[in-house]
Amino acid sequence: MTRSVRGGLVTTLTWVLVLVFFFPVFWMIINGFKPEAIASSIHPKVFFSPVTTGYQLAMDRGMKGYLINSITASVTATIIAVVLAIPAAYALSIRRVKNVESALSFFISTRFMPMAAVVLPLYIILKNLGLLDNIYMLAVVYGAVNLPVTVWMMRSFFLEVPFEIVEAARVDGAGLYREIVRIVLPLVLPGVAAAALISFIFSWNEYFLATLLTSNAARTTPPFLGSFVDGRGQFLAVLSAAATIAALPVILAGWVAQKQLVRGLSMGAIK
Amino acid sequence: MLCSKRALTAGAGVVAAALAMAACSSGAVSSGGGGGDGKNVTLNLATVNNGQMKDMEKLKGEYETAHPGTKINFQVMEEGDLRAAVTADVASKAGQYDIVTIGAYETPQWGANGWLVDLTGPLKSDAAYDVDDLLAPVREAISNDGKQYAVPFYGESSILMYNKEILDKASVTLSANPTWQQVADAAKKVNTSSRAGICMRGKPGWGDLFAPLTTVVQTFGGNWYDTSWNATVNTPEWKQAVTFYKTLLDTSGEKDPVSYSFNECLTALKEGKAAMWADASVAASMLEADDSPVKGKMGYAHMPVDKTKESGWLWSWNLAVPATTKNKDAAIDFIKWATSKDYHKLVGEKLGWSLVPPGARQSTYDLPEYKQAAAAYAPITLDVMKSVNPKQPGVNPQPWVGIQYVSIPEFQDVGNQCAQLIADYLANRGTVDDALGKCQGIAKKAGDAHK
Repeated sequence: MTRSVRGGLVTTLTWVLVLVFFFPVFWMIINGFKPEAIASSIHPKVFFSPVTTGYQLAMDRGMKGYLINSITASVTATIIAVVLAIPAAYALSIRRVKNVESALSFFISTRFMPMAAVVLPLYIILKNLGLLDNIYMLAVVYGAVNLPVTVWMMRSFFLEVPFEIVEAARVDGAGLYREIVRIVLPLVLPGVAAAALISFIFSWNEYFLATLLTSNAARTTPPFLGSFVDGRGQFLAVLSAAATIAALPVILAGWVAQKQLVRGLSMGAIK
Repeated sequence: MLCSKRALTAGAGVVAAALAMAACSSGAVSSGGGGGDGKNVTLNLATVNNGQMKDMEKLKGEYETAHPGTKINFQVMEEGDLRAAVTADVASKAGQYDIVTIGAYETPQWGANGWLVDLTGPLKSDAAYDVDDLLAPVREAISNDGKQYAVPFYGESSILMYNKEILDKASVTLSANPTWQQVADAAKKVNTSSRAGICMRGKPGWGDLFAPLTTVVQTFGGNWYDTSWNATVNTPEWKQAVTFYKTLLDTSGEKDPVSYSFNECLTALKEGKAAMWADASVAASMLEADDSPVKGKMGYAHMPVDKTKESGWLWSWNLAVPATTKNKDAAIDFIKWATSKDYHKLVGEKLGWSLVPPGARQSTYDLPEYKQAAAAYAPITLDVMKSVNPKQPGVNPQPWVGIQYVSIPEFQDVGNQCAQLIADYLANRGTVDDALGKCQGIAKKAGDAHK
């Protein structure tokens, strides 16, 4: 097999994989513009007269409020996770504390327990504190849940920084704050962006905790999407429309941070 | 060192700010919480996403206008989410909801646990509400020890629905009370390579596959438990019923039945991809809707039987008031309004007579406008709902009230696990003996806890 044929095959395979992964998203988008009967049809229909009924229904059900709650929870959780992860990761990579391995194991072990096992004590604590159905409580919980992954990601980025640069800064009299903020962070900014985006996406998509820990005022978009599922009637078009709207902020955030993201995600890869 | 202190101070500041924010109540979605000051009351209502409930949300303004200072805050959820959220709230006495929508399965159990307000007195003392107008089997299913813990918002049984055009072409006739064998024979005659003779649920789940399958088992003489709570799943009656169900699907059913539940069969019937369907009576109103291609072409019969006279199920979505509410009187007033005779008339006048919640009140079926709008399916729905016996749906007595479910907390799990085993058998991934043997063990553990 010649090199060009092999290259062609790889390119074709890549396109096939891209189409396989993109098709459900494409189908969701076009289903959102179908009338309900056509969207639920046994034989899928590609050609149809588009309608915006699904989008109107989703917005009439008050989707804007749920989107605002999701943005509030996700942005706050991301800020909490990143702000706390930076010094933690720094202490586990560049300015090493004792027992780094044990600390890292502890961080990641907090993710070992299934969320279903955590939710009951969490529910009771929040109930007793009067913090159920509070959007900032949800953000703090999301921040805490995302913190271990964010610390691990940040640490791998910090390890990429040549230690000589840090030493040079110290020789020039830079303190810890200046060392982190002025010297190291600018070097790992793509990594910080990648970790922040992943924390944002995790928080944005979270369903289980949002369903149980919120009831009215702090309800977020994922359980709102679930509410379109109707056991006694067709709902695919309106659900697709609402899901398309819900996916837009994440797609937008990914697109805006695309360059940083690609650099960031590949930072820890070449060790 | 100074910088380390600053970093620590900054970190502490962030945590403090986060906690301070957490202490503040906020949110962009309409804020809940009971007012309870005697003037302004906000009632938080958790409900399931179905047509009738969405209609109630549309009409809540009428109630709010008539009751200045009262606001009804709807929180619509998917059925599984509703069960999880409301169970957590009611069981832990969190008190987030003033009104909850619960099924006939949960109502007597939650009532017995003391989680719900006893509505017997408030309903009986209100002559205008006319509690005796509620359908007797439905009332029975949502009561415990003579106390009524909820009011039925909408109810349903199960019936056989068939496309008359297809059956007529094949010269097949069905009586109003067919047997399962007659239905199986008819399904075989109208089955073609592009059209299923009958569509039946096969999707695993206690509320999916087991809704119709339990009624089939019961009419074949089986049941989940005997009167002493001994599990009876590995009996010849179960084997006969489950084998019949699979043979029916293999011979004349839809392809890939384990992917089919209510909505999939509804689409198949509408698109002419199935000739018959035995399922919830509420489906008839969808098949007769103005945009349905099979409107006016459908025939309806009682659920097919074998050894019993009736084998329709009984289900209702009900409104109940958790014992933890701070707005008990306002909540009771609202649920009485939403299940009143006047509300049924309001739905008919404002939204259309075919949309009146069925299966709750006898008087609904006496409304001339409703009788006309739902002429095709209202008489049989009422007839079946009044005929079913939730105290003894099968051949033998049972120690609980309910038809297609067992009123014990463990049943959701038992039903889900067993449905998966039966679905494996339907999909040729196991044998009937293996499925029923394992299911017997699962059911036994749950039953032993109630001996």
